[in-house]
Amino acid sequence: MTRTAPSRALPFVKLLVAFCLLGAFLRPAWAQFKVDVSGVGLTQLPIAVSAFRGDDVAPQKLGAIVLADLERSGQFRGQDAAGMALDELSRPELTAWRQRGADSLVTGSVTRLADGRYDVRFRLWDIARGQDLGGQSYAVTAGDLRQSAHRIADFVYEKLTGDKGVFSTRIAYVTKAGQRYNLWVADADGENAQSALASSEPIISPAWSPNGAQLAYVSFESRKPVVYAHEVASGKRRLLANFRGSNSAPAWSPDGRTLAVTLSRDGGSQLYMIDTTGSEPRRLAQSASIDTEPAFSPDGRTIYFVSDRGGSPQIYRMPAGGGNAERVTFTGSYNISPAVSPDGRWLAYISRVNGAFKLHVMELAGGASVAITDSAADESPSFAPNSRLITYATQSQGRETLMTTTLDGKIKARLAGQSGDIREPDWGPFQK
Amino acid sequence: MHRIFLVLALVTLMSGCGSSVKLDDVAVEDKTGTPVSGQAAGSQGQNAAAGAVGQAPITRTAIAPVELAKPAGNAVAPTGPRIIYFDYDSFVLKPEFQDLVDTHARYLKADNKRKVFVEGHTDERGGREYNLALGQKRSEAVRRALGLLGVTDSQVEAVSFGKEKPAASGSDEASLAKNRRAEIAYR
Repeated sequence: MTRTAPSRALPFVKLLVAFCLLGAFLRPAWAQFKVDVSGVGLTQLPIAVSAFRGDDVAPQKLGAIVLADLERSGQFRGQDAAGMALDELSRPELTAWRQRGADSLVTGSVTRLADGRYDVRFRLWDIARGQDLGGQSYAVTAGDLRQSAHRIADFVYEKLTGDKGVFSTRIAYVTKAGQRYNLWVADADGENAQSALASSEPIISPAWSPNGAQLAYVSFESRKPVVYAHEVASGKRRLLANFRGSNSAPAWSPDGRTLAVTLSRDGGSQLYMIDTTGSEPRRLAQSASIDTEPAFSPDGRTIYFVSDRGGSPQIYRMPAGGGNAERVTFTGSYNISPAVSPDGRWLAYISRVNGAFKLHVMELAGGASVAITDSAADESPSFAPNSRLITYATQSQGRETLMTTTLDGKIKARLAGQSGDIREPDWGPFQK
Repeated sequence: MHRIFLVLALVTLMSGCGSSVKLDDVAVEDKTGTPVSGQAAGSQGQNAAAGAVGQAPITRTAIAPVELAKPAGNAVAPTGPRIIYFDYDSFVLKPEFQDLVDTHARYLKADNKRKVFVEGHTDERGGREYNLALGQKRSEAVRRALGLLGVTDSQVEAVSFGKEKPAASGSDEASLAKNRRAEIAYR
């Protein structure tokens, strides 16, 4: 490992570098998650993220978290920043960074404040143009340090791609360890998971409310499937659907006022609408077949769902107020779990191909569809709120795991966090 | 904005940085105050200090954990078999299970205050929600069979566990076959 101090540094920068060397300014462990890159013709922005000054003593390695976020997005390629000691006040030596192949650079610092919180600061540089693209500072508790790193990644992502970043959003997922089930709320990288619910009975189909305050899910705690709404901040739970038979597959309407659910109270699995206030369910459609897994289009006007009315499970759509259903998938004999991207352009779903269950993405305008994984047991796709990534469950080496992928399937990352079986991811909305 | 920077600088000044070197001189130099996203001071290519950074709040909702108690076990039930197995992708009650259904129908008709759950299950292949719907088809097939034998509809609730509660954990055909089932549960 080499440590190269800037050759023409001002006195305070020299002091800083000396301090950093003294304080064992080591390159952090970048490899906290694994990103698979496949395919050719990728245009990724080369970016360097220097270790933040203070990373070595802070509880979280901020520089490493920022870089990991950016790489997972598929839009960035991390460049070597080893040995370069910089913070948000340093002016980087452009030539040196250009030689390292970086088009942009993130520098920053984390400092413990007198009240125990941390002052996190960063600056983004356009190395190619030699431009300061701005920065921010955050005063956060130790527990929010990761969140500040995600915010930094969001800032960088938006500045450089023009799209909103999703690194500071949250995902919900379920783990099963022995006979214990937990519903977790975690950072978008799968880390920092907090348990919202622990049960000895299964929990499936978590779904974030549009404002990110509640999770609807199916719990088997009363030894039958029942739909709950759960306010994550308070832990307050409310029965949404507990009718005779099975209650499942909750999907929030975009305005957050109603949910589509699957009920078997009138025989068979059929679609109904319920108000969040708990009114009498309104039947959406009437079929002699299975109708389930409703998913709203982002404008709230269309409901995508799964039905075996044609003999095999296929994805259909119909007006959210009820009406004629139109078939959407035509290839294959098992197409389930539809998810519409928040920008309305894409449909993600699971299709069985030669006995393997694979995540597919269809462009709704043209209807062309492609499998974007090599795995064989994919489940439960859910779009990031910026429509650029999908999280899904799959199996790898006999374990259930969570992945994120770009829509073209070229960049995949396995989400870190829990041991044991992880499943049923749902990507939450942008944080206010 | 200026005020914020000054306060920040002060806080930094007072707190130090958990190391032997204080950042006070750095922060104080900041108060010349370049705007939040503005250009750094100094001309390009020079190692001048960059401008100050704007402050933004971070609020993260904490999660209140909820721990559920274990549900009650099954009530006393008639002895004998209470599991009906199904073929792959099938919801048809096979003739060899007719005796089993007869036994439970007689028991329920003898005491029409007795209630029973029929729990449908599937093997592990495919999605959780779709399997829930398939398991429901199995439990409703058993409920219909009980109904044909004269059991009152209100005595029987057909529910599904989908693939969530396999009886056998393997992925071989023998295990899968054990999981495609409906269980009659007296609660």
